[in-house]
Amino acid sequence: MFSYEFMRNAFAAGTIIAIICGIMGVFVIARNMSFLTHTLSEIGFSGAAFGVFAGWAPLNGMLLFTVVSSVIVGQLSARSERREAATSAISALFIGLGILFLSLANKNASYATSILFGSVIGISAGDVQQMLWLSLLVLLVIFVIYRFLKFDSFDHTGARVKGLWTNALSITFLVLLALSVSVAAQIVGSLLIFILLTLPAATAKYFAHTVGGMMVLAIALALVGVWAGLTLSYVTNYPVSFFIAAIEAIFYFIALGWQKLQTAE
Amino acid sequence: MTETPILKLEHLGVTFPNHPVFTDLNLTINQGEFWSIVGKNGVGKTTLMRTILHQLRPTHGRVSYWPNAGDVRIGYVPQFRNIDADYPLTIRDFVGLNLTGWKWPWLSRKEKSAVQQILGETGLEKIANRPIGQASGGERQKAYLAQALVEAPNLLILDESTASLDPVTKTELLDLVQELNTKLQLTVLFVTHDIPMARKYSSQYLMLMPEGTEQGQIAGLTQQKVWEGENV
Repeated sequence: MFSYEFMRNAFAAGTIIAIICGIMGVFVIARNMSFLTHTLSEIGFSGAAFGVFAGWAPLNGMLLFTVVSSVIVGQLSARSERREAATSAISALFIGLGILFLSLANKNASYATSILFGSVIGISAGDVQQMLWLSLLVLLVIFVIYRFLKFDSFDHTGARVKGLWTNALSITFLVLLALSVSVAAQIVGSLLIFILLTLPAATAKYFAHTVGGMMVLAIALALVGVWAGLTLSYVTNYPVSFFIAAIEAIFYFIALGWQKLQTAE
Repeated sequence: MTETPILKLEHLGVTFPNHPVFTDLNLTINQGEFWSIVGKNGVGKTTLMRTILHQLRPTHGRVSYWPNAGDVRIGYVPQFRNIDADYPLTIRDFVGLNLTGWKWPWLSRKEKSAVQQILGETGLEKIANRPIGQASGGERQKAYLAQALVEAPNLLILDESTASLDPVTKTELLDLVQELNTKLQLTVLFVTHDIPMARKYSSQYLMLMPEGTEQGQIAGLTQQKVWEGENV
């Protein structure tokens, strides 16, 4: 399997994605942003379609759309009571735009499928390098603002009372999330990216009770899903995103069952 | 005790559109004092606390910390926190969240020992590794208090923090605050509807009423005033 360059690239990219999603996912779950993450992935689809239409690399289109829209979404949904409605509206608009751009770009349905559901074949060494740099940038920013972000994510009331710049933190986090979505969409596709950004961390919170512990476990769960998904996809020729989704969902259901058993005792 | 001011409110007023919440409030709070802030719902207790925390800009007057803003570190304990049964962090980690700054992501040895010390002082040592989502209401309030105390504040605001607790837990928590008040000269602002508790623990009171404010030694907060203030 590793004799093929595309598989080596896919494993390298998958490893980067699992690490970034494990870390970001812990904050996504703590900040209750699963739905918003889903929306950003749809915006990513629209951005990729725009990239194709404009003759850019899809990743660059994704980056442009997700970063700009994450700031707008952050502003629109500052008030939590309208967050869901505002997010739904934006989500609908961007899916529509994505379809329009694809149609304008005259690309066939298989191209749309590869953006939406990901593809292991299309990842070049250059893509891996770009993903690596973007991921390092995300990790560096998290490293610098870690304590502030941790406080705001796990105790927003306490962080606000302390006078932390919670709005700026929120927008910074959304931009980081946009970057992570764009990076991770390369393999699992924009439609299923939220799987890796939410499920491993959502599972980890039932087993680990420190932020560091949750990150380590979420990374491990994401790595198992991505590596096993890639291998199974190679062997069976079925889509990699299906396997990753199924594995992560199974982990999550096991965690829910375990939690139920714990509380029943 | 020498009186060293720590917080001064001068001619303070907050007006929401067409609705003055309070006006011309003057108050000096000295280090080590234990104040109760009482008043009916809607008279502006929380608005006043938010103004003191600089979360709200006053319409008139000013809030000043003495001798300098940097000398006053505020710990704040609200009544509610957005923490459900699934909340994953342990009590120890939750308390450590307040140790922020441009520092390494992990806590230093000194910071870890500060967390350990405050867990000991608040009686949370034995359950420190329990997820806070699984803790009782009283344990959670103690953890909120411990988090507020971990950065060694010199002004502690309890914003109806004991309102949802049973009498035994309430007494336990306030005994602890009183001990810190005496031992460390910790200044306390206790926002409450519970007049007997206010009389038991505080030294001064500030009563907010629609027609104005009243302040004085706690002995002056008589039952008569409570009746006049109706359901304070």
